[in-house]
Amino acid sequence: MAIVSLTVNGKAVRAEVEDRTLLVHFLRDHLHLTGTHVGCDTSQCGACVVHVNGRAVKSCTIFAAQADGDSVLTIEGLSVDGALHPVQAAFQEHHGLQCGFCTPGMIMTAVDMLARHANLDGATIRHELEGNICRCTGYLNIIKAIRAVAEAR
Amino acid sequence: MYTLPFRYVRAKTVAEAEALFRESSDARYLAGGQTLIPTMKQRLAAPADVIDIARIASLSFIRRERDSVVIGSGTRHADVVSSAGVRAAIPALASLAGLIGDPAVRHKGTLGGSLANNDPAADYPAAVLGLNATVRTTTRGIAADDFFTGMFSTALEPGEIITEVHFPVPRRAGYAKFPNPASRYAMVGVFVADFGNTVRVAVTGAAPCVFRVPQMEAALARNFAPDAIAGIEIPADRLNSDLFASPEYRAHLVGVMAKRAISAAVL
Repeated sequence: MAIVSLTVNGKAVRAEVEDRTLLVHFLRDHLHLTGTHVGCDTSQCGACVVHVNGRAVKSCTIFAAQADGDSVLTIEGLSVDGALHPVQAAFQEHHGLQCGFCTPGMIMTAVDMLARHANLDGATIRHELEGNICRCTGYLNIIKAIRAVAEAR
Repeated sequence: MYTLPFRYVRAKTVAEAEALFRESSDARYLAGGQTLIPTMKQRLAAPADVIDIARIASLSFIRRERDSVVIGSGTRHADVVSSAGVRAAIPALASLAGLIGDPAVRHKGTLGGSLANNDPAADYPAAVLGLNATVRTTTRGIAADDFFTGMFSTALEPGEIITEVHFPVPRRAGYAKFPNPASRYAMVGVFVADFGNTVRVAVTGAAPCVFRVPQMEAALARNFAPDAIAGIEIPADRLNSDLFASPEYRAHLVGVMAKRAISAAVL
Protein backbone atom coordinates (compact mmCIF):
# COMPACT_ATOMS: atom_id res chain seq x y z
CA MET A 1 0.00 0.00 0.00
CA ALA A 2 1.12 3.54 -0.73
CA ILE A 3 0.36 6.67 1.24
CA VAL A 4 -0.44 9.35 -1.29
CA SER A 5 -0.40 13.00 -0.25
CA LEU A 6 -1.20 15.58 -2.84
CA THR A 7 -3.03 18.81 -3.47
CA VAL A 8 -6.17 18.44 -5.55
CA ASN A 9 -7.90 21.62 -6.71
CA GLY A 10 -6.12 23.55 -3.97
CA LYS A 11 -7.02 21.17 -1.14
CA ALA A 12 -4.56 18.87 0.57
CA VAL A 13 -5.62 15.22 0.44
CA ARG A 14 -4.04 12.11 1.85
CA ALA A 15 -5.05 8.52 1.36
CA GLU A 16 -3.71 5.02 1.57
CA VAL A 17 -4.18 3.21 -1.72
CA GLU A 18 -2.85 0.16 -3.49
CA ASP A 19 0.38 0.95 -5.33
CA ARG A 20 -1.29 0.00 -8.63
CA THR A 21 -4.09 2.59 -8.29
CA LEU A 22 -4.25 4.80 -11.35
CA LEU A 23 -4.58 8.54 -10.76
CA VAL A 24 -7.94 8.62 -12.55
CA HIS A 25 -9.36 6.00 -10.18
CA PHE A 26 -7.88 7.79 -7.19
CA LEU A 27 -9.70 10.96 -8.26
CA ARG A 28 -12.98 9.26 -9.11
CA ASP A 29 -13.26 6.45 -6.57
CA HIS A 30 -11.41 7.84 -3.55
CA LEU A 31 -12.08 11.56 -3.88
CA HIS A 32 -15.41 11.19 -5.72
CA LEU A 33 -14.32 13.75 -8.29
CA THR A 34 -16.15 12.11 -11.16
CA GLY A 35 -15.77 14.98 -13.62
CA THR A 36 -12.60 13.33 -14.92
CA HIS A 37 -13.80 10.58 -17.25
CA VAL A 38 -12.48 7.19 -18.24
CA GLY A 39 -12.98 6.81 -21.98
CA CYS A 40 -10.72 4.47 -23.89
CA ASP A 41 -8.45 3.54 -21.02
CA THR A 42 -5.59 3.12 -23.51
CA SER A 43 -4.08 6.67 -23.50
CA GLN A 44 -5.73 7.56 -26.78
CA CYS A 45 -8.96 9.49 -26.11
CA GLY A 46 -8.03 12.18 -23.60
CA ALA A 47 -11.29 12.12 -21.58
CA CYS A 48 -9.15 11.66 -18.46
CA VAL A 49 -6.85 14.67 -18.97
CA VAL A 50 -6.00 16.56 -15.76
CA HIS A 51 -3.14 18.89 -14.93
CA VAL A 52 -0.29 17.70 -12.71
CA ASN A 53 1.98 20.54 -11.60
CA GLY A 54 0.48 22.70 -14.34
CA ARG A 55 0.91 20.23 -17.21
CA ALA A 56 -1.82 18.30 -18.98
CA VAL A 57 -1.44 14.53 -18.55
CA LYS A 58 -3.61 11.48 -19.13
CA SER A 59 -4.65 10.36 -15.66
CA CYS A 60 -5.32 6.81 -16.91
CA THR A 61 -1.61 6.52 -17.68
CA ILE A 62 -0.10 7.58 -14.38
CA PHE A 63 -0.23 5.87 -11.01
CA ALA A 64 -1.54 7.90 -8.08
CA ALA A 65 1.73 7.16 -6.27
CA GLN A 66 3.66 8.89 -9.06
CA ALA A 67 1.77 12.10 -8.25
CA ASP A 68 2.62 11.94 -4.54
CA GLY A 69 3.62 15.44 -3.45
CA ASP A 70 2.21 17.03 -6.59
CA SER A 71 -0.53 19.52 -7.30
CA VAL A 72 -3.43 18.24 -9.40
CA LEU A 73 -6.10 20.33 -11.12
CA THR A 74 -9.28 18.65 -12.38
CA ILE A 75 -12.29 20.02 -14.22
CA GLU A 76 -13.96 20.56 -10.81
CA GLY A 77 -11.23 23.02 -9.85
CA LEU A 78 -11.53 25.31 -12.86
CA SER A 79 -14.44 27.50 -11.88
CA VAL A 80 -13.92 30.08 -9.17
CA ASP A 81 -16.81 30.92 -6.82
CA GLY A 82 -19.32 29.32 -9.18
CA ALA A 83 -18.27 31.43 -12.16
CA LEU A 84 -17.34 29.38 -15.21
CA HIS A 85 -13.73 29.45 -16.34
CA PRO A 86 -13.43 31.39 -19.65
CA VAL A 87 -12.82 28.13 -21.54
CA GLN A 88 -15.90 26.52 -19.98
CA ALA A 89 -17.93 29.63 -20.86
CA ALA A 90 -16.65 29.52 -24.45
CA PHE A 91 -17.59 25.83 -24.81
CA GLN A 92 -21.09 26.77 -23.64
CA GLU A 93 -21.29 29.82 -25.91
CA HIS A 94 -20.05 28.02 -29.04
CA HIS A 95 -21.75 24.71 -28.30
CA GLY A 96 -18.41 22.94 -28.02
CA LEU A 97 -20.04 19.75 -26.79
CA GLN A 98 -22.69 17.32 -27.86
CA CYS A 99 -22.96 14.32 -25.52
CA GLY A 100 -20.42 15.90 -23.20
CA PHE A 101 -18.39 12.81 -22.39
CA CYS A 102 -15.11 14.10 -23.84
CA THR A 103 -15.71 17.65 -22.58
CA PRO A 104 -13.75 17.58 -19.29
CA GLY A 105 -10.66 16.33 -21.09
CA MET A 106 -11.17 18.72 -23.99
CA ILE A 107 -11.42 21.68 -21.62
CA MET A 108 -8.39 20.68 -19.55
CA THR A 109 -6.40 20.21 -22.78
CA ALA A 110 -7.63 23.58 -24.05
CA VAL A 111 -6.62 25.37 -20.86
CA ASP A 112 -3.18 23.76 -21.11
CA MET A 113 -2.65 24.71 -24.77
CA LEU A 114 -3.82 28.28 -24.15
CA ALA A 115 -1.23 28.57 -21.37
CA ARG A 116 1.57 27.33 -23.66
CA HIS A 117 0.79 29.33 -26.79
CA ALA A 118 0.67 33.10 -26.99
CA ASN A 119 -0.89 32.79 -30.44
CA LEU A 120 -3.21 29.96 -31.37
CA ASP A 121 -4.25 29.52 -34.97
CA GLY A 122 -6.58 26.82 -36.27
CA ALA A 123 -3.77 24.51 -37.39
CA THR A 124 -2.05 24.69 -34.00
CA ILE A 125 -5.32 24.01 -32.16
CA ARG A 126 -5.94 20.95 -34.36
CA HIS A 127 -2.41 19.63 -33.75
CA GLU A 128 -2.74 20.24 -30.00
CA LEU A 129 -6.07 18.37 -29.93
CA GLU A 130 -4.54 15.20 -31.40
CA GLY A 131 -4.80 13.37 -28.10
CA ASN A 132 -8.47 14.15 -27.49
CA ILE A 133 -11.20 12.28 -29.29
CA CYS A 134 -14.82 13.43 -29.60
CA ARG A 135 -16.88 10.54 -30.88
CA CYS A 136 -19.80 12.90 -31.61
CA THR A 137 -17.26 14.49 -34.01
CA GLY A 138 -18.02 17.93 -32.59
CA TYR A 139 -14.55 19.20 -33.36
CA LEU A 140 -15.45 22.33 -35.32
CA ASN A 141 -17.26 23.93 -32.43
CA ILE A 142 -14.58 22.80 -29.98
CA ILE A 143 -11.97 24.53 -32.15
CA LYS A 144 -14.22 27.57 -32.45
CA ALA A 145 -14.57 27.79 -28.66
CA ILE A 146 -10.81 27.56 -28.06
CA ARG A 147 -10.14 30.12 -30.80
CA ALA A 148 -12.64 32.51 -29.23
CA VAL A 149 -10.79 32.37 -25.91
CA ALA A 150 -7.42 32.83 -27.65
CA GLU A 151 -8.66 35.87 -29.54
CA ALA A 152 -10.43 37.46 -26.58
CA ARG A 153 -7.37 37.57 -24.33
CA MET B 1 -7.46 -2.21 -10.95
CA TYR B 2 -6.04 -3.26 -14.23
CA THR B 3 -2.42 -4.04 -13.51
CA LEU B 4 -1.31 -6.93 -11.37
CA PRO B 5 -0.14 -5.88 -7.89
CA PHE B 6 3.38 -4.49 -7.58
CA ARG B 7 5.47 -2.46 -5.18
CA TYR B 8 6.11 1.17 -6.14
CA VAL B 9 9.34 2.82 -5.06
CA ARG B 10 10.65 6.23 -5.99
CA ALA B 11 14.40 6.62 -6.43
CA LYS B 12 16.04 9.95 -5.68
CA THR B 13 19.36 9.20 -7.35
CA VAL B 14 20.63 6.96 -10.13
CA ALA B 15 22.73 5.02 -7.62
CA GLU B 16 19.66 4.41 -5.45
CA ALA B 17 17.68 3.24 -8.48
CA GLU B 18 20.40 0.80 -9.48
CA ALA B 19 20.67 -0.52 -5.93
CA LEU B 20 16.90 -1.06 -5.79
CA PHE B 21 17.08 -2.88 -9.11
CA ARG B 22 19.84 -5.19 -7.86
CA GLU B 23 17.88 -6.00 -4.69
CA SER B 24 14.78 -6.98 -6.65
CA SER B 25 14.24 -10.26 -8.41
CA ASP B 26 11.84 -8.72 -10.91
CA ALA B 27 12.01 -4.94 -11.36
CA ARG B 28 11.24 -2.43 -14.07
CA TYR B 29 12.27 1.21 -14.20
CA LEU B 30 9.42 3.68 -14.64
CA ALA B 31 10.30 6.94 -16.38
CA GLY B 32 7.42 8.68 -18.20
CA GLY B 33 5.40 5.47 -18.10
CA GLN B 34 3.65 6.19 -21.39
CA THR B 35 4.51 2.74 -22.71
CA LEU B 36 5.15 0.77 -19.53
CA ILE B 37 1.83 1.64 -17.87
CA PRO B 38 -0.37 0.74 -20.88
CA THR B 39 1.66 -2.48 -21.20
CA MET B 40 1.10 -3.26 -17.50
CA LYS B 41 -2.62 -2.48 -17.84
CA GLN B 42 -2.83 -5.06 -20.59
CA ARG B 43 -0.88 -7.41 -18.30
CA LEU B 44 1.77 -7.89 -20.95
CA ALA B 45 4.20 -6.74 -18.26
CA ALA B 46 3.80 -7.51 -14.57
CA PRO B 47 6.94 -6.58 -12.65
CA ALA B 48 7.04 -7.18 -8.89
CA ASP B 49 8.80 -3.86 -8.30
CA VAL B 50 8.36 -0.61 -10.18
CA ILE B 51 11.25 1.79 -9.60
CA ASP B 52 10.23 5.35 -10.44
CA ILE B 53 13.24 7.21 -11.87
CA ALA B 54 11.26 10.20 -13.15
CA ARG B 55 12.16 12.37 -10.13
CA ILE B 56 15.91 12.04 -10.46
CA ALA B 57 16.70 15.69 -11.12
CA SER B 58 20.18 15.05 -12.51
CA LEU B 59 18.70 13.18 -15.50
CA SER B 60 16.61 16.08 -16.74
CA PHE B 61 18.57 18.75 -18.62
CA ILE B 62 19.46 20.09 -22.04
CA ARG B 63 23.02 21.34 -22.54
CA ARG B 64 24.88 22.72 -25.53
CA GLU B 65 28.46 21.57 -25.94
CA ARG B 66 30.85 22.67 -28.67
CA ASP B 67 29.79 20.25 -31.39
CA SER B 68 26.80 18.59 -29.82
CA VAL B 69 23.57 18.94 -27.92
CA VAL B 70 23.43 16.81 -24.78
CA ILE B 71 20.00 15.82 -23.49
CA GLY B 72 19.42 14.10 -20.15
CA SER B 73 17.54 10.81 -20.38
CA GLY B 74 14.76 12.03 -18.06
CA THR B 75 14.00 15.05 -20.24
CA ARG B 76 10.36 15.17 -21.32
CA HIS B 77 9.52 15.33 -25.02
CA ALA B 78 7.68 18.63 -24.38
CA ASP B 79 10.87 20.17 -22.99
CA VAL B 80 12.83 19.18 -26.09
CA VAL B 81 10.09 20.69 -28.29
CA SER B 82 10.20 24.01 -26.46
CA SER B 83 13.97 24.19 -25.94
CA ALA B 84 15.40 27.26 -27.69
CA GLY B 85 18.82 25.59 -27.63
CA VAL B 86 17.63 22.45 -29.44
CA ARG B 87 15.59 24.51 -31.90
CA ALA B 88 18.64 26.59 -32.76
CA ALA B 89 21.16 23.73 -33.02
CA ILE B 90 19.10 20.81 -34.41
CA PRO B 91 15.63 22.07 -35.34
CA ALA B 92 14.73 18.68 -36.85
CA LEU B 93 15.19 17.06 -33.42
CA ALA B 94 12.81 19.55 -31.75
CA SER B 95 10.22 19.09 -34.46
CA LEU B 96 10.52 15.29 -34.25
CA ALA B 97 9.85 15.45 -30.51
CA GLY B 98 6.73 17.51 -31.26
CA LEU B 99 5.35 14.67 -33.37
CA ILE B 100 5.56 12.04 -30.62
CA GLY B 101 2.15 10.96 -29.31
CA ASP B 102 0.11 13.97 -28.25
CA PRO B 103 0.64 16.92 -25.87
CA ALA B 104 -0.28 14.96 -22.73
CA VAL B 105 2.01 12.08 -23.70
CA ARG B 106 4.81 14.55 -24.45
CA HIS B 107 4.42 16.01 -20.96
CA LYS B 108 5.29 12.63 -19.41
CA GLY B 109 7.31 10.63 -21.92
CA THR B 110 11.10 10.80 -21.76
CA LEU B 111 13.98 10.47 -24.21
CA GLY B 112 15.63 7.67 -22.22
CA GLY B 113 12.39 5.75 -21.86
CA SER B 114 11.74 5.86 -25.58
CA LEU B 115 15.26 4.65 -26.40
CA ALA B 116 15.34 1.89 -23.78
CA ASN B 117 12.00 0.62 -25.07
CA ASN B 118 13.10 0.76 -28.74
CA ASP B 119 9.59 0.41 -30.14
CA PRO B 120 9.93 -0.37 -33.87
CA ALA B 121 7.64 2.59 -34.65
CA ALA B 122 9.03 5.13 -32.16
CA ASP B 123 10.41 8.46 -33.43
CA TYR B 124 13.49 9.07 -31.26
CA PRO B 125 15.46 6.01 -32.47
CA ALA B 126 15.44 7.55 -35.98
CA ALA B 127 17.00 10.77 -34.65
CA VAL B 128 19.59 8.94 -32.53
CA LEU B 129 20.66 6.70 -35.41
CA GLY B 130 20.38 9.44 -38.05
CA LEU B 131 22.46 11.89 -36.03
CA ASN B 132 25.05 9.26 -35.02
CA ALA B 133 24.34 10.05 -31.38
CA THR B 134 26.05 8.42 -28.43
CA VAL B 135 23.89 6.94 -25.68
CA ARG B 136 25.60 7.30 -22.32
CA THR B 137 24.75 5.09 -19.38
CA THR B 138 26.12 4.97 -15.85
CA THR B 139 29.01 2.84 -17.06
CA ARG B 140 29.71 3.52 -20.75
CA GLY B 141 28.93 5.26 -24.00
CA ILE B 142 27.17 3.28 -26.71
CA ALA B 143 27.30 4.38 -30.36
CA ALA B 144 23.88 4.59 -32.01
CA ASP B 145 24.96 1.97 -34.57
CA ASP B 146 25.49 -0.50 -31.71
CA PHE B 147 22.59 0.52 -29.46
CA PHE B 148 19.50 -0.69 -31.33
CA THR B 149 19.79 -4.46 -31.61
CA GLY B 150 16.31 -5.57 -32.64
CA MET B 151 12.60 -5.28 -31.97
CA PHE B 152 12.16 -3.84 -28.46
CA SER B 153 15.77 -4.78 -27.78
CA THR B 154 18.88 -2.69 -27.14
CA ALA B 155 22.50 -3.11 -26.06
CA LEU B 156 21.52 -2.15 -22.47
CA GLU B 157 22.35 -4.69 -19.77
CA PRO B 158 19.65 -5.52 -17.19
CA GLY B 159 19.46 -2.65 -14.71
CA GLU B 160 21.65 -0.33 -16.78
CA ILE B 161 20.27 3.22 -16.88
CA ILE B 162 20.65 5.67 -19.75
CA THR B 163 21.84 8.97 -18.30
CA GLU B 164 22.20 11.22 -21.35
CA VAL B 165 22.39 11.28 -25.11
CA HIS B 166 24.99 13.25 -27.10
CA PHE B 167 23.63 14.45 -30.43
CA PRO B 168 26.30 15.77 -32.84
CA VAL B 169 25.09 18.97 -34.49
CA PRO B 170 24.73 18.42 -38.25
CA ARG B 171 24.97 21.05 -40.98
CA ARG B 172 21.32 20.36 -41.63
CA ALA B 173 18.78 17.66 -40.89
CA GLY B 174 15.15 16.81 -41.51
CA TYR B 175 12.55 14.32 -40.32
CA ALA B 176 9.40 13.26 -42.11
CA LYS B 177 6.86 10.90 -40.66
CA PHE B 178 3.80 9.18 -42.02
CA PRO B 179 1.86 8.65 -38.80
CA ASN B 180 -0.67 5.95 -38.23
CA PRO B 181 -3.80 8.11 -37.94
CA ALA B 182 -5.02 6.37 -34.78
CA SER B 183 -1.89 5.67 -32.74
CA ARG B 184 0.35 8.50 -34.12
CA TYR B 185 3.20 5.99 -34.23
CA ALA B 186 5.26 6.10 -37.40
CA MET B 187 4.09 3.79 -40.19
CA VAL B 188 7.32 5.08 -41.68
CA GLY B 189 9.55 7.87 -40.42
CA VAL B 190 12.83 8.95 -42.03
CA PHE B 191 15.52 11.09 -40.42
CA VAL B 192 18.16 12.56 -42.74
CA ALA B 193 21.28 14.36 -41.46
CA ASP B 194 23.96 16.09 -43.51
CA PHE B 195 27.33 16.39 -41.77
CA GLY B 196 29.19 17.82 -44.76
CA ASN B 197 31.42 14.86 -45.58
CA THR B 198 28.90 12.25 -44.63
CA VAL B 199 25.13 11.88 -44.73
CA ARG B 200 23.09 9.52 -42.58
CA VAL B 201 19.60 8.22 -43.30
CA ALA B 202 17.68 6.37 -40.58
CA VAL B 203 14.30 4.74 -41.02
CA THR B 204 11.83 3.89 -38.25
CA GLY B 205 8.41 2.23 -38.39
CA ALA B 206 9.16 0.23 -41.52
CA ALA B 207 11.03 -2.76 -40.08
CA PRO B 208 11.30 -4.58 -36.72
CA CYS B 209 14.11 -2.19 -35.78
CA VAL B 210 15.32 1.24 -36.91
CA PHE B 211 17.85 0.91 -39.75
CA ARG B 212 20.10 2.95 -42.07
CA VAL B 213 19.97 3.11 -45.87
CA PRO B 214 23.62 3.17 -47.12
CA GLN B 215 22.60 3.57 -50.77
CA MET B 216 20.70 6.76 -50.00
CA GLU B 217 23.51 8.00 -47.78
CA ALA B 218 26.04 7.60 -50.61
CA ALA B 219 23.78 9.30 -53.15
CA LEU B 220 23.04 12.21 -50.79
CA ALA B 221 26.72 12.66 -49.92
CA ARG B 222 27.28 13.41 -53.62
CA ASN B 223 24.20 15.59 -54.00
CA PHE B 224 22.00 16.51 -51.02
CA ALA B 225 18.72 16.94 -52.87
CA PRO B 226 15.43 14.99 -53.02
CA ASP B 227 16.06 13.95 -56.64
CA ALA B 228 19.38 12.35 -55.71
CA ILE B 229 17.59 9.30 -54.23
CA ALA B 230 15.19 8.79 -57.13
CA GLY B 231 15.26 5.19 -58.25
CA ILE B 232 16.73 3.80 -55.03
CA GLU B 233 14.44 0.95 -54.05
CA ILE B 234 14.11 -0.47 -50.57
CA PRO B 235 13.68 -4.26 -50.57
CA ALA B 236 10.31 -5.10 -49.03
CA ASP B 237 11.18 -8.61 -47.86
CA ARG B 238 12.19 -7.71 -44.31
CA LEU B 239 9.70 -4.89 -43.71
CA ASN B 240 6.72 -4.95 -41.36
CA SER B 241 3.30 -6.08 -42.43
CA ASP B 242 0.12 -5.28 -40.52
CA LEU B 243 -3.46 -4.33 -41.24
CA PHE B 244 -2.41 -0.74 -41.93
CA ALA B 245 0.31 -1.27 -44.53
CA SER B 246 1.92 -4.04 -46.57
CA PRO B 247 5.73 -4.36 -46.75
CA GLU B 248 5.63 -3.10 -50.34
CA TYR B 249 3.67 0.01 -49.30
CA ARG B 250 6.10 0.69 -46.46
CA ALA B 251 9.05 0.29 -48.87
CA HIS B 252 7.47 2.90 -51.13
CA LEU B 253 6.82 5.20 -48.16
CA VAL B 254 10.51 5.09 -47.19
CA GLY B 255 11.40 6.80 -50.46
CA VAL B 256 8.59 9.33 -50.15
CA MET B 257 9.39 10.20 -46.53
CA ALA B 258 13.13 10.39 -47.29
CA LYS B 259 12.47 12.97 -50.02
CA ARG B 260 10.26 14.98 -47.67
CA ALA B 261 12.91 14.82 -44.94
CA ILE B 262 15.55 16.09 -47.38
CA SER B 263 13.22 18.89 -48.49
CA ALA B 264 12.66 19.84 -44.85
CA ALA B 265 16.43 19.86 -44.26
CA VAL B 266 17.29 22.12 -47.20
CA LEU B 267 14.55 24.67 -46.43
